[in-house]
Amino acid sequence: MEKKFLSLEFVDKVFPLPNGKEYVAVKDVNLQIKKDEIVSIIGHSGCGKSTLLNMIAGLDTVSSGGIFLNNKEVNGPGSDRAVVFQNHSLLPWLTVFQNIELAVKKVMPELSKTELQERVDKFVDMVNLNPARDKFPGEISGGMKQRVGIARALSIRPEVLLMDEPFGALDSLTRANLQEHLMRIQQSVKNTVIVITHDIDEAVLLSDRVVMMTNGPSATIGEVLEVNLPHPRNRVELQKDPEYIRCREAILSFLYEKFAKEDE
Amino acid sequence: MNTNSLKNIVLPAIIFFIIIAIWSTIAQNVQNFPTPSDTYIHAFGGEDSLGDEVEGVLSDPFYIENEDDKGIFWQVISSLERVFAGFILAIIVGVPVGLAIGMSKNFQIALEPYIQIFKPVSPLAWLPLLLFVFQDINATAISTIFVTSIWPIIINTSLGVKSVSVDYMNVAKVLQFTPLEKIRKIILPVAVPYIFTGMRLSLGIAWLVIVAAEMLTGGIGIGFWIWDEYNNLNYFNIIIGIIIVGLVGFLLDIIMGKIADFFDYRKRV
Repeated sequence: MEKKFLSLEFVDKVFPLPNGKEYVAVKDVNLQIKKDEIVSIIGHSGCGKSTLLNMIAGLDTVSSGGIFLNNKEVNGPGSDRAVVFQNHSLLPWLTVFQNIELAVKKVMPELSKTELQERVDKFVDMVNLNPARDKFPGEISGGMKQRVGIARALSIRPEVLLMDEPFGALDSLTRANLQEHLMRIQQSVKNTVIVITHDIDEAVLLSDRVVMMTNGPSATIGEVLEVNLPHPRNRVELQKDPEYIRCREAILSFLYEKFAKEDE
Repeated sequence: MNTNSLKNIVLPAIIFFIIIAIWSTIAQNVQNFPTPSDTYIHAFGGEDSLGDEVEGVLSDPFYIENEDDKGIFWQVISSLERVFAGFILAIIVGVPVGLAIGMSKNFQIALEPYIQIFKPVSPLAWLPLLLFVFQDINATAISTIFVTSIWPIIINTSLGVKSVSVDYMNVAKVLQFTPLEKIRKIILPVAVPYIFTGMRLSLGIAWLVIVAAEMLTGGIGIGFWIWDEYNNLNYFNIIIGIIIVGLVGFLLDIIMGKIADFFDYRKRV
């Protein structure tokens, strides 16, 4: 049997509607993701990309088909799959340090007090948040909050990092900053990353492959694009790179010609 | 002194004089109605308008003549004891019930109608039944406070639990918290400010209820004291009693507010 890392096989998601009918959000999704690969999932809003991510995270159940990580079926949430939520989801009554500590403590209960503190501090450092270590989420900027979210997710040593439009709520400069951050971290600690996004540049810049979803209902994978650009990538130089331009155009044409969506 | 703190003194002072003016007008027109100055004398002692030497209610609030005749301080204390006994019972039962309703749709469906039915029932309606059951002043007063002050605790606790955002619950899911960890680390921090709001409302109700309850049950306590003064035709003391009840209630509310702020993470940042 072929060794697969993360595999989505004939995944459907059906929501029951109040009127007794059903809404098929996602249909027949098949996707294989390799270890240490960065994959973006892009599509118009309502295409079920967040639903797909939630199913991989185990926050949502699969209606039919299956999701397998290391050949084991995903049945619920687990610390092998960490999630970075769109709205950071930090607990506002805990400091930056305590928010990360909460996760590490739960996933690695065997750590001693000093080991725990060292591990948390390592991840606070990784996202350059040492000065904000003892601040509450209400006292730091949106970009910093999202960095804490990333640090918290990485701190539990996940096999897959799932990011649900992680930078969607941020202004474009902060977003660029965080993308750089993420790429730097990815250079030092290899992770398998799945990023949900609706930003074409972000998708091409970050990923090895871009998965393009058709519009819902019954959304599915339309095309998968290989991004043949070496890491580390430089966003300024990329602007003139023919491969970058080709990828951008391929996604643009998919989203705005083949599967254009009218404003509702 | 800046204009704001000046305002804080001057504006209430204006209202104070208006109240005294209205009070004086009423006193002039209603026979035997206590005047402001005589009420003051009866509170702090001195010679009243009839030329009688009066020992004020507040000039010796700590006296104990016998079990049935004690100073006003002891009256208030014994009322507060009953209030807190009923209030604490209401917390012990109300918070867990509120948590259950907030976390389980089934609990909510099961209990919601009864909460809506019993919540508006006046303490005066419960009192005869509870007096018949307990045949005891203290138990009756405490249980009356319990059944009337538990509702805001239940309702606000469940509201607090329901206000926990899906995002926080997702964090709990991803980290695979046990139900107990979920309550302790996610739900309680969010719900505690709501619970304290409920407790603050509940304590206010408890203090309202005790006066009425003691009037009917008798014994020692500020409520019965006011009723007793009515029977003794001491109308001055009724007004003094009202002011004391008001001040104590105000003080309780301030203390509960401070405690609530202390436990509210939103006030710490």
